[in-house]
Amino acid sequence: MRHDHLITSKQLSRADIETVLDRAAEIDADPDAVADRHANALLGLLFFEPSTRTKMSFETAMKRLGGDVVDMGSVESSSVKKGETLADTVRVIEGYTDALVLRHPKQGAAAMASEFVDVPLLNAGDGAGHHPTQTLLDLYTIQENAGLDDLTIGIMGDLKYGRTVHSLAYALTNFDTRQHFISPESLQLPREVVYDLHQQGEDTQIREHDALEPVLSSLDVLYVTRIQRERFPDEEEYRKVAGEYQIDTETLEAASDDLTVMHPLPRVDEIAPEIDDTDYAAYFEQAHNAVPVRMALLDLFLCDHGTRTGTGETTATDDTANGNGGEADE
Amino acid sequence: MSDDHDHHDDNAAHELRVSKIQDGTVIDHVRGGQALNVLAILGIDGTEGEEVSVGMNVPSNRFARKDIVKVEGRELSQDEVDVLTLIAPDATINIVRDYEVVEKHRVERPGYVEGVLSCPNADCITTGGEPVTSRFEVLPDGVRCTYCETIVREEIAALIDTA
Ligand SMILES: [Zn+2]
Repeated sequence: MRHDHLITSKQLSRADIETVLDRAAEIDADPDAVADRHANALLGLLFFEPSTRTKMSFETAMKRLGGDVVDMGSVESSSVKKGETLADTVRVIEGYTDALVLRHPKQGAAAMASEFVDVPLLNAGDGAGHHPTQTLLDLYTIQENAGLDDLTIGIMGDLKYGRTVHSLAYALTNFDTRQHFISPESLQLPREVVYDLHQQGEDTQIREHDALEPVLSSLDVLYVTRIQRERFPDEEEYRKVAGEYQIDTETLEAASDDLTVMHPLPRVDEIAPEIDDTDYAAYFEQAHNAVPVRMALLDLFLCDHGTRTGTGETTATDDTANGNGGEADE
Repeated sequence: MSDDHDHHDDNAAHELRVSKIQDGTVIDHVRGGQALNVLAILGIDGTEGEEVSVGMNVPSNRFARKDIVKVEGRELSQDEVDVLTLIAPDATINIVRDYEVVEKHRVERPGYVEGVLSCPNADCITTGGEPVTSRFEVLPDGVRCTYCETIVREEIAALIDTA
């Protein structure tokens, strides 16, 4: 497959995903082999809303490939502040760089921006929309810990606003998975997403629940996301509801010994710190996987785009994403 | 009624006769009750002096009741026809010049409509002053913004960009 840009996880086929994950595994196993692979290549970082970790991991990934980054800086200090359109901004910056990474508060921003540029554009979050690079690192983590086929996964927390969740769910429809969605009723998956999941994955089984307990013992992976205070009218209601979707070692007594617990981070109190030291915890590993997976993506897109020496592999990919409605920021 | 048989043809006598137009568009076989939405889509509210005739809930062979809209001096563009399909999927459009029907086409639902509807999602990039044309995928039961992916199933007429 070939993609010019990475906008959403919906654009990714199973083969696309496997190409990225295989490449990430190669890089992970021998990072030195690619240390000069993209020497002289420049990546433009366009972050219209703060996202320290996503930005840092892209920067790290590019530098570990031998390249460098140029950073637009904060919106406050940029020409955007003066009212420049996104379309103009990307058309200017693409002239400086070999690829662009964009995070923007508006849904559809990456899709629109990609229509104005020729260099590869990777979506690093578009409002409540998509965050495909997060999805790929989530998939990589799932593959390493549980495998992607014959998978039973529980996705819990804020499923309404969590773009991470939507993107991951779409991508998983490429595999033989049973997906359980666990959330308070007010934060259920949007109907649009349910519609798409049914459209995409004939074999995907989707179930929605309001509690973890009935499905916990069947899960291979439990993916926890943060429930944000501002989704609730008052503090009391928030505490009451959010409290039902927090896990600790006692909660996990009913789980399989092989359960893998993931979280896009940052967490607040959805996962008790006591879980960190158990074999369940994979969320720090997940965070670290951001680098090899983003290296793989940059490598595939830059190679495909002909900025460098090929090794014969020509694949690119795309996908979707993650992010929790503006605030969570893997 | 005796005083207005301007037309000899009495087969049509029980059918509401809206006056023939000289140049313009006749939109026929609109589902009963949708005529005003058709006018809304076309941005016609009578304030510009257009000569418009509307027949509502007229007996029809194809439906139990149909609406019919005649607009003098206005030929629909393909974009307008495309959008019309969203609320009047069975409509027939006749373009009339000098009292003759010169083009007659059955409306077909397009795969996409561009530049006609505006996205209702305030967080959509298309609503923020960017140089981008709105684009909606036409679903069996609604439309979907190709940028933010919002699906609209009801009140599609309200999205018509009248700017
Ligand atoms: Zn939209």
